[in-house]
Amino acid sequence: MNFKLKIWRQKDAKSKGEFKTYEVKNISADTSFLEMLDILNNDLVHAGEEPVAFDHDCREGICGMCSLHINGHAHGPSQAVTTCQMYMRKFKDGSTITIEPWRSAAFPVIKDLVVNRGAYDEILQAGGFVSVRTNSVPDGNAIPIPKADADESMDAASCVGCGACAATCKNGSAMLFVAARVSSLAKLPQGRVEGARRAKAMVAKMDELGFGNCTNTGACQAQCPKQVSIAHIARLNREFLAAKLQD
Amino acid sequence: MSCFLTNSSVGKKLVMSVTGCFLVLFILFHMSMNLTVLFSREAYNLVCEFLGANWYALAATVVLAGGVAVHFIYAFILTLDNYRARGKQRYAVTVQEKGVSWASKNMLVLGIIVVLGLALHLVHFWSKMQLVEVLHSQFAMGVDANGAELTFHPANGALLMAFTFSKWYNVVLYLVWFAALWFHLTHGVWSMFQSAGFANDTWYPRLKCVANVVATLIFLGFAVVAVVCFFKSSDFIAEMVNWTPGL
Repeated sequence: MNFKLKIWRQKDAKSKGEFKTYEVKNISADTSFLEMLDILNNDLVHAGEEPVAFDHDCREGICGMCSLHINGHAHGPSQAVTTCQMYMRKFKDGSTITIEPWRSAAFPVIKDLVVNRGAYDEILQAGGFVSVRTNSVPDGNAIPIPKADADESMDAASCVGCGACAATCKNGSAMLFVAARVSSLAKLPQGRVEGARRAKAMVAKMDELGFGNCTNTGACQAQCPKQVSIAHIARLNREFLAAKLQD
Repeated sequence: MSCFLTNSSVGKKLVMSVTGCFLVLFILFHMSMNLTVLFSREAYNLVCEFLGANWYALAATVVLAGGVAVHFIYAFILTLDNYRARGKQRYAVTVQEKGVSWASKNMLVLGIIVVLGLALHLVHFWSKMQLVEVLHSQFAMGVDANGAELTFHPANGALLMAFTFSKWYNVVLYLVWFAALWFHLTHGVWSMFQSAGFANDTWYPRLKCVANVVATLIFLGFAVVAVVCFFKSSDFIAEMVNWTPGL
């Protein structure tokens, strides 16, 4: 397969970026999107040009490092997968593919397609944890947890923190990410005890870092590679408002 | 406690939710009041007399105006936040995500149309009814379709309604207004539950169904009055032109 790629090139955080067009030829339909970019970079290096910078790590959909806004979709047009698990057979042979970095005030571009997602780490550090002793592991069945609660917690915990939610949201809101973190812990007895403090601290940090306000469009859950539901946002709202009313 | 409603994203959304809920309830009340004109012009004018320049109607008007103002001002604050959060650099390619309604992404524009319609409506009705009574200027003057002079008692709402909707362009303007309100409510009514935290995956289809039903009822309830008044304007004017207050 052959493709024309329109890729955002930006030298560093301070310089002004622009789209540049490249061509890749003889790409196998089973090539992953990131492998296709590897092939392009190989060609660029051989031609003595600067390769395209993009984030990636595990390439099996669990680390949350890959990003990319591809043809208007966060993580490309495939549903429920990260960019690394999307394959070139999803695209029409000979088509033009536009590749942009995440666009959000809280995710500044560092270089080309790489953005700084440190804001999500800061939100996590503000409250996305449980303060429990970690030296002795208790028996797994010591605290009974209903299956439905455990499942719901796991659904929220499947968030890989890739940033697609804030990148997709027209308001640049990080609510789905924060909600997934708050919800996964709030549904478990170990996390429940610090629920109020967590919700307040994480929302406060999210607001401070300049993320926008949720307007319930649901665009985030449509683009989330882990299909985290906005029902977790409703729970975050509940947790936060209940905590504030108790103050 | 008072501050989270002004300085946190979730708190600000709660204010939108509560004021929105209040306005929907008012609109439902206003609609049921209007519908009486279809059955009895006399009954409608009784309601108008009851809601004249007395302390309870004036107090309710002030509260209502406050609700509109808060909803409107918060909408601008939130949208400005969101615009900043989105960042200066926008996506070159965007798509309409699956399951994301057009209304949900255009709530401010729809709200502005609703407010413009409201301004026109206040000029048409409120300024000739309650305001006239407050200012003790007993009568408001107008001209009917044939150019004959009409004299309004400020509580003769049925005559004013028939007179206003005897003009086709007013009917069209009001229908556009109601349509914008319909779109606004299809998102707003279910969204108010989400923002307050009362929603989950089981309830989304139900809440969205309720939102569509409420929006449609409100649209039809108001539209039928405007349309009927247009077609029966001469009958209604003839019936009500010599009406005198009974209370």
